Amino acid sequence: MEFMTLHDFMFWTKGMAYVGMGLGLVTFVAFWLFVTERDEDRFADKEEE
Amino acid sequence: MSHHTTPSKGFWTPANILTAVILAIGLVLTVKRFTMGIGSVTNLTDDNPWGIWIGFDLLCGVALAAGGYTTTAAVYLFGMKKYQSAIRPAITTAFLGYTFVVIALLYDLGRYYRLPYPLTIYPGPTSFLFEVGLCVALYLTVLAIEFSPALWEVLRWKRLRYYAHSLTLVLTIFGVVLSTLHQSSLGGLYLIAPSKLHPLWYSPYLTMFFFVSSIPAGLSMVIFEGGLSHKFLHHKMDDRHLAESSGVTLGFSKAAAVVLFAYFNLKWIGVALDHNWQHLATGWGAWFLVEMFGFVLVPCLMYAVAAREKNEKLAFWASILTILGIVINRLNISLIAFNWQLPAEARYLPSWEEIFITVFIITLEVTVLRICLSKLPILHEHPEFKGAH
Repeated sequence: MEFMTLHDFMFWTKGMAYVGMGLGLVTFVAFWLFVTERDEDRFADKEEE
Repeated sequence: MSHHTTPSKGFWTPANILTAVILAIGLVLTVKRFTMGIGSVTNLTDDNPWGIWIGFDLLCGVALAAGGYTTTAAVYLFGMKKYQSAIRPAITTAFLGYTFVVIALLYDLGRYYRLPYPLTIYPGPTSFLFEVGLCVALYLTVLAIEFSPALWEVLRWKRLRYYAHSLTLVLTIFGVVLSTLHQSSLGGLYLIAPSKLHPLWYSPYLTMFFFVSSIPAGLSMVIFEGGLSHKFLHHKMDDRHLAESSGVTLGFSKAAAVVLFAYFNLKWIGVALDHNWQHLATGWGAWFLVEMFGFVLVPCLMYAVAAREKNEKLAFWASILTILGIVINRLNISLIAFNWQLPAEARYLPSWEEIFITVFIITLEVTVLRICLSKLPILHEHPEFKGAH
């Protein structure tokens, strides 16, 4: 990939970063569900004794 | 309580003999270093002024001592009282970790007796190094006060214990602020060297990477030491510590999994923002991929599975991999990928004496830790101060 202008470079690199962030956030939801799936009483808001 | 059933062993066990030998040789090298100068024991040059005493002892030492602020923040700031029993072991490790970071720094400073100069004679408030020095000095003080109640309990100095304990919340807030500052600033030290550090490790976001990676490093140290304590110091742990250790391991595993996941994503965003993809196809790129996948993603998934399946053994192995990953990352930045363009003969390789002094400092730290864990109420509550935390 060759960039002729700074604008080209910024557009490409920032675009890639935003795509990465989007994918990361979506993947994180799946990751969190995987980690917490077997937790007991996931939706309760109780105090630990 | 189960900690009364201490098994009696002779003093000269193989581990103690090995410790004594390392300490004896280390003391000789220490005398050599402080009487004949830093050049007599190191391979440091003007091209490579920072060696393993900075790359390993300091950068790794500070990152791995992050268990102190992560655990106290979890318990006192986020109200997760179920991790209360992890507080004292974590603070002890952090306090000793920072103490020995400063001791290692004394070896590395040409004129070690000028250690207080940046805070007194020549302050350089625009320097990252000044900020690191100030924060480490203040945080070491915070940790000393946080650690002190265990000592006051043994000495039965109730008033001092009361004053130290009453400062807990303030010290916790102070500790989190100071740790956020200096953990990140250690990465900031390398922002001045974009032409020396390999592009895959250099990033304008180094400060953030150092701070974020210190969190799983600290959590992993708590899990790792918890596992070792459970195995070797079981007799020192009281019923509460034994009952809560499983919850600490699994809860910290979940936290470490989440932060490692975030760190993995952030590192790739760093690669994307600097457009460093082409370097991935080189030998350096292969090494970067080993670090990212082998020592970030794999332990992240191991922690995730451990938290999900309630598998403490897997969490223990994940903690070892994470600790190794942090060590590899800090060594990559400070030594391996630093000055990567220099010819091989100009690259830095530590002398055996540098390595041995590092081994000496670690052995000394582990010895002091063993003494603290066996003599102070760290893995159990003092009978006169039960429930007073």
